[in-house]
Amino acid sequence: MIINVLLVLMAVAVVVLARVRNLFSVIVLSGLYSFLMATVLVALDAVDVAMTEASVGAGISTVLLLGALHLCKSEEAKPVHKPWLPLAVSAACGLLLVYGTLGLPAFSDPGAPIHTHVAPRYLQDGPRETGIPNVVTAVLASYRGYDTLGEVTVVFTAGAGVVALLRRRRARKEQPK
Amino acid sequence: MKRDLILRVVAKVFLPFLLMFALYVQFHGDFGPGGGFQAGVIIAAAVVFYALIYGLANARRVVPERLVEAMMAAGVLLYMGVGFAGLLLGGNFLDYFVLDRDSVVGQHRGIFWIEAGVAITVSGVMLKIFYMFADRGRIDE
Repeated sequence: MIINVLLVLMAVAVVVLARVRNLFSVIVLSGLYSFLMATVLVALDAVDVAMTEASVGAGISTVLLLGALHLCKSEEAKPVHKPWLPLAVSAACGLLLVYGTLGLPAFSDPGAPIHTHVAPRYLQDGPRETGIPNVVTAVLASYRGYDTLGEVTVVFTAGAGVVALLRRRRARKEQPK
Repeated sequence: MKRDLILRVVAKVFLPFLLMFALYVQFHGDFGPGGGFQAGVIIAAAVVFYALIYGLANARRVVPERLVEAMMAAGVLLYMGVGFAGLLLGGNFLDYFVLDRDSVVGQHRGIFWIEAGVAITVSGVMLKIFYMFADRGRIDE
């Protein structure tokens, strides 16, 4: 019930996001969207993911986007082309994805493949093997340590990319002096 | 916002709690929700908050750019170091069971260090991006 209300609010936020031209409103609205998403995740009992969504999606990205905003104009430029083709493509993709979800097992179905593959082993042997009560941390840091190493490397690479891009600009600006 | 007295005082009161909450999220990740990613972002947010109230120059003095850049790489290296420590002690890459004679203690040790690595890299990258954006605006003006 509460999830449906939140999802409707998120849909409203997306429609407003697409229509608003003021970029400051866009940033605030996307922060709002992230907070709604985080609340949905809490309602789904995924507290770890909700916390990440709230701190990264709503917190730091909003600040970084505001930082980027004060480097550019605050009004979105008028699109050069009519948006019909992109709209049709994204609507088609959306419908395809919705069609795909019809084949998924029902929500919280105990017989679904994800609940019968490795999850029972993590839940049963995880606390004994790692001594850590929070299974999410045990899976993230221990069983799936390789994946997390990959994630950290992605974060590092993104930061290195930003440094490389912005630093070169500044060096070029200083040359004429 | 540099001259706003109320904001300055409130920020000074809030900052220790923000950092304490980040440490709580970091070290309580074994028992409740949380971990390196979230803690790293909260640490970065605390410094960004400081920079917004007290100005970028003061934030740079507290957390220098050099330290932030070193943190970006140090976290990943720490993470990989834990992996290689497992290799050196006769296990597989990122194998925590061999980090201590008691395998459960070994798991704890491994997870502690890799979470620390995650937090260091994430907060370093977030702060670096913030510094670069904020800096460019000031130079352009």
